[in-house]
Amino acid sequence: MGMTIAEKILKSHTTAKEFKSGDIIKVDIDIALANDITAPIAIKAFRSCSQKGVFDLDRIVLVLDHFTPNKDIASAEQCKFVRDFAKEYHIGNFFDAGEAGVEHALLPEEGLTLPGDLIIGADSHTCTYGGLGAFATGVGSTDFAAAMLTGQAWLKVPESMKFIFKGKPGRWVGGKDLILYLIGDIGVDGALYKVLEIEGPAISALDLSNRLTMANMAIEAGAKAGIIAPDAVTDAYIKPRARRDYTMYKSDHDATYVSIKEYDCEVIEPQVAFPHLPENTRGISEVGEITLDQVVIGSCTNGRIEDLRVAASIMKGNKVAKGLRCIILPATPRVFKMAEAEGLIKIFLEAGSIIGPPTCGPCLGGHMGILAQGERALATTNRNFVGRMGHPKSEVYLSGPAIAAASAITGKISSPQEIIV
Amino acid sequence: MILKGRVFKFGDDIDTDAIIPARYLSTSDPFVLKKHCMEDIDSTFSSKVAPGDIIVAGKNFGCGSSREHAPIAIKAAGVSCVIASSFARIFFRNSFNMGLAIFESDELASQVREGDILEVEVATGVIKDLVTGKAFKARGIPQFMQELIADGGLIEHIKKRGRL
Ligand code: SF4
Repeated sequence: MGMTIAEKILKSHTTAKEFKSGDIIKVDIDIALANDITAPIAIKAFRSCSQKGVFDLDRIVLVLDHFTPNKDIASAEQCKFVRDFAKEYHIGNFFDAGEAGVEHALLPEEGLTLPGDLIIGADSHTCTYGGLGAFATGVGSTDFAAAMLTGQAWLKVPESMKFIFKGKPGRWVGGKDLILYLIGDIGVDGALYKVLEIEGPAISALDLSNRLTMANMAIEAGAKAGIIAPDAVTDAYIKPRARRDYTMYKSDHDATYVSIKEYDCEVIEPQVAFPHLPENTRGISEVGEITLDQVVIGSCTNGRIEDLRVAASIMKGNKVAKGLRCIILPATPRVFKMAEAEGLIKIFLEAGSIIGPPTCGPCLGGHMGILAQGERALATTNRNFVGRMGHPKSEVYLSGPAIAAASAITGKISSPQEIIV
Repeated sequence: MILKGRVFKFGDDIDTDAIIPARYLSTSDPFVLKKHCMEDIDSTFSSKVAPGDIIVAGKNFGCGSSREHAPIAIKAAGVSCVIASSFARIFFRNSFNMGLAIFESDELASQVREGDILEVEVATGVIKDLVTGKAFKARGIPQFMQELIADGGLIEHIKKRGRL
């Protein structure tokens, strides 16, 4: 019987001879990842086991990206704790200071995450790497500790759901809009415990950045992983970066899916998710008058160079609305350098934006753009839960970089068509 | 093992930011975390909850981030188990990895009321509402997870067995 990509990757990473969905299997890990919030708990657990070292130095990745540059004494202590551990155990893939960026933007850039990999990360957006054709899933700190100790994780074998995107997306419709549309359709638990396999002509035409954006938000539909089959686009990106061999799996034609759904991109408008769930989506034409106090462009969802290019193309020659705080956080140092070299930073600064360092920062209400009571933000991030970006009585709307940039200029949620005709 | 406690009821899609807001994540100290457990939906929760009490919620409990601070905060607050229609997957695995018992029962989640007293038999998943007299059967827990709970969580499991 045919197999899905997810099943093929699981099969190549487990000793279990046969398995079906719902079974618990133990799998070997290619990459295990944690950050400044989730690593400390894992390190304490790891140390309590009095092991000699981690299972494989090349396969452990630690990134200090959430509350960095340290926002207060507690977060400074937390980072130091991880830093000391990385030094003591000679963790090579340790990203700190000027080398650190938002983890899920950083790892693909570094060529650490590859097609066909089985990746676990103590961060829910680990599913991002599914955009490369990996089976990547978010776990907790203790799973990360167990992976450091044993090189393994336990997984419940998921079923797969297939989503086919047909037609040509409109000018301002990117990966973010497509995935928001999908989440709006199936809901925040629409894919609970399952794999979202995303394909179709519109997906084949997407660049890798937009594919990563889509896989990134699979968790926002409750999915265990989001996977896009690797192709020539993937290979062109990965080949110069990869330091290991990789396998590009494809699903068999007779693979089994719990559901198959088709969307026509021609009818999908740029999307906005209303507070307080990513499923509360509306097409831009149905948004109405929503004034804003802040716009944030960044994060593992939409902080890559492709996103900044879209934003800059709209902001060029325009000014950010008076009183609105437009905060732009290039997701990694490399993105920052490219944005500088391409003149994007200049465009943002001249428009009156605030440029911050590569950090998660306001995305999770950490720092660098926290909302006061009653304030409203539009962000290119992935979550708009109550209190996500600050005060429990603040509001977060989600969109792609095009809507965000246009809205920063008008001061209310707007289509780029209002700026560029 | 029998768990017994008062019910605190919550709705659908209770996310990890609601269970423990990100602004408190610069620590993983259970004693600090428990004070802020559920703070943004019910600011009095941490002062009302007593050892053994039980959280009952709707679908997709624990959705959102991977933070283990969420089950840690719940466990530290004295909650003996969480029963929901369904759980978000990372919360699901984190709970077992931390040794926090969780049960899925749609029927129970819709019928039990705030303040009811429940008695939960962990091994069988049989749950009795001592106020209304109703009995429920939660979905069974797979063998490997039963091992995890018996061993006291994933790390203790590895210590004891020398493998995953
Ligand atoms: S950018 Fe936001 S969603 Fe992405 S890893 Fe950082 S906090 Fe999480």
